[in-house]
Amino acid sequence: MRRPRLTTSISQVLLWLFTLAALVPVYVMVSASLRTQSDFLNHPFGLPLAPSLTSFRTALNDQFPRWLFNSLVLSGGSVLVTLAFASLAAWGFARHRFRGRETLLNVIVALMVVPPVVLVVPLFLLGVQLDLINTFRLVIVIYVGLMLPFSIYMLTAYFRTVPSALLDAAIVDGATEVQVFRRIVLPLSKAPLLTLLVVNLLWVWNELLIALVFLQSDDSRTLMAGLTAFQNRYNLDIPVVMAGLTLATLPIFILYLFGQRYFMRGLVAGAIKGE
Amino acid sequence: MAVLLLVFGYGTYRLVTEATERKGRGVGLQNVRIVLDDPLFRSAIGHNLRLLLALPILTALALLVAILLNEALRGWRVHRFAVFLPYVLPIPVVGVIFSQVLTLHGVLNQGLDAIGLGGLSEDWLGQPRWALSAVGAVIVWKELGFGVVLFLSRLLSLPADVFEAARVDGAGFWRLHTKITLPLLRPIIAFYLVIEGITLVSWVFNYVFTLTRGGPADATQVAETYIYSTATTYNAPSLAASAACVLMVGVFAMMVAFTIARARLAEDDR
Repeated sequence: MRRPRLTTSISQVLLWLFTLAALVPVYVMVSASLRTQSDFLNHPFGLPLAPSLTSFRTALNDQFPRWLFNSLVLSGGSVLVTLAFASLAAWGFARHRFRGRETLLNVIVALMVVPPVVLVVPLFLLGVQLDLINTFRLVIVIYVGLMLPFSIYMLTAYFRTVPSALLDAAIVDGATEVQVFRRIVLPLSKAPLLTLLVVNLLWVWNELLIALVFLQSDDSRTLMAGLTAFQNRYNLDIPVVMAGLTLATLPIFILYLFGQRYFMRGLVAGAIKGE
Repeated sequence: MAVLLLVFGYGTYRLVTEATERKGRGVGLQNVRIVLDDPLFRSAIGHNLRLLLALPILTALALLVAILLNEALRGWRVHRFAVFLPYVLPIPVVGVIFSQVLTLHGVLNQGLDAIGLGGLSEDWLGQPRWALSAVGAVIVWKELGFGVVLFLSRLLSLPADVFEAARVDGAGFWRLHTKITLPLLRPIIAFYLVIEGITLVSWVFNYVFTLTRGGPADATQVAETYIYSTATTYNAPSLAASAACVLMVGVFAMMVAFTIARARLAEDDR
């Protein structure tokens, strides 16, 4: 290809600048977490030449494992429930005609833009009435409610592409509707389901506002809410805070490393409706 | 049976939506007026609008990176992985890291010092003058990857011969992209603008809360933190609810405006 040298090298330099800018803060976090307090204070941002795990030990000895566990339970639970509801609902939208179907679907899409902060006050009052503050049950219901619109929307779009001839053939062969759904549709939908799994897990794991408001006791905190408490508790011992951050990021990072495809596909899939 | 379960799945959703409607009632519009008259609420909305100024910067940068990645012959996967990484990181984590990076003796100022610009050092988040811009910069840093991936996936799906033809005809970098790439990407750019616009108005709580908690001196107070602190610290849930209604109406108005604008654009194309 005939392309001027200069443009190519300029664009390479620019790309490396962006890449560097994206990675530096991550490097700061990891390198600080691997050092002791005094080492950090002497030269805060050099390479950790003598890596030490003291900070990680301090972090782990605090309530960290408890918060980690809470986050795992919450995200696992709410995402699985969301996927189950969303696939059934999307199946209804894609396969069954009923009055007001399109309107209902449009309402669901519109719900995607409701800012969660708007729901916090009424739901909190409700939570107090039902005595469900600091319980996972209420928070899981809220998370499921917030994740459903996008999930239903995306699965409906996908289910509609499944050829109905295939499904009708199965019904003629004597399969019930439930069997068709479980044996044919779900196995065919592995890719979108995995995408939703990854995108939703990421969202719940990173969610802060609802966790902060609805889970206030130290024992029921999620990791993200815990980290902000951590920041106050150890605000003079930066390495410990950074160790906490590193630990909290690790699961997401691993997920990203192996599921990069699904992350990106999920985002692009969400964009299709915009066009 | 599928329909039955659908209704059940819906029940949870109804719960959420009905709770929204309950709040305005019984209190009347008086609360809304109090909120609208509150100078703090007004400045919070003003801050949201100022954060919107980050939108063109964000979009332009994302477009630039996507185009560069699309043309890069080598290593674009590595760059894409790196540039998208911030978007995946938890916002609280990002917030805490940057509250370190941006302090008086943080990485940024040390970097400035190293290249001889030490005079420009600031306590970026601690000064009312800079705090909001700093928050905006952090948001740009994190949200950039989303735009890049979105634009890049569209660029990759465009036929390469269009670009080749233009290049053979002697179009330079600038002409090529303003005349061909931008018009082709217009729908997806519009979508990105809508999403990020909504983000900057009503989803910035996590950033502000972990970076500055609305301070210093309320310089970074936004609508969401206003609602949050009104409800919790000042213990005035009905006022918070009214503010939430105002925000909600605002967001929907924005959505409608965007939709109409897009319909107009689509008509112009015909």
